Amino acid sequence: MPEMNTSSLPDLIFTILFFFMMVTTMREVTLKVKFTIPAGTELEKLEKKSVVSFIYVGPPTDNLRAQMGSGTRIQLNDRYAEAREVMDFIAAERQGMTNQAEQVISIKADQHTQMGYIIDIKEVLRKSWALRINYSATRRN
Amino acid sequence: MAKKKKKMPGLNTSSTADISFMLLIFFLVTTSMDTDMGLARRLPKPPEPDQEDATMDIKKRNILYVRLNFNGQLWIEDETTRGYAEISELRPRVKEFVKNEQNLSSLPEKHVKNIDLLGQCFVTDKHVVSVQTDRATPYNAYFQVQNELVAAYNELRNELSKQKFGREYQYLKDEEKAAIRQYYPQNISEAEPKKYGGDQ
Repeated sequence: MPEMNTSSLPDLIFTILFFFMMVTTMREVTLKVKFTIPAGTELEKLEKKSVVSFIYVGPPTDNLRAQMGSGTRIQLNDRYAEAREVMDFIAAERQGMTNQAEQVISIKADQHTQMGYIIDIKEVLRKSWALRINYSATRRN
Repeated sequence: MAKKKKKMPGLNTSSTADISFMLLIFFLVTTSMDTDMGLARRLPKPPEPDQEDATMDIKKRNILYVRLNFNGQLWIEDETTRGYAEISELRPRVKEFVKNEQNLSSLPEKHVKNIDLLGQCFVTDKHVVSVQTDRATPYNAYFQVQNELVAAYNELRNELSKQKFGREYQYLKDEEKAAIRQYYPQNISEAEPKKYGGDQ
């Protein structure tokens, strides 16, 4: 019985590998807040990942709660921040972008967050001329 | 006498597949393919420093107040009716308000506007939906209100585009979309939050 020729198998697998490398994105930040985003019906997809910056809002994750308490926190990149620091964050995010006018800020906030935090963030976003925002949500029927 | 050439032994590549499988699995684990979705909104431009308090002269019939108190309870108020409401009531109320089909004097005023592709239209483009929240309002309540407002506008635009162009809004050409947007502009204002405690 002649053996099957498997010499092209690695090439096949590499092709799949490259496909996945193209269509997926690396998880860039370690989440320090936990959140359940709201569910909506009129959602739009975030198309261009390169112009999107994320702001996370929610209580600290379980393993950080002992030190940080359970109050609402804002996370920018890998650390906790205050609402006023959003301005520097936006400026830093803009640095590498070629089409800065298309910048989108995605707000991933927990359902139970008090609006005060969101209002403060929105006020700072307005001042930094980051006017296109996106309230992150899951689809509901 | 030519020596019989020894055949060069090929490199054993049978494990390359396993190596690339490992890489593949590593990438599958560390990356995410979830497409992020969300409700897209546009914030108003920052106020000019010399700008007066933006309490423009808007006739009362042109404003629909949508307020959320610290408990996330919804309060809808227009010129004739006011009171607490369920979230499901918001969409028909907003549609009725923006459309003003019967040209009622309690709903936004209509006037003639020339729009490319649509011609002379009778529109309510001076209407304002004013969303006001308390600092303690839960985010989810606010999000649901925003979702319903966008849904109301989307339904109105879809109805109009089906009637005028025979297609849904999302399938229209850019200039047709612009015309529909002029007919039903999204005038959602989020003024400075105030204390709407009700019985706080």
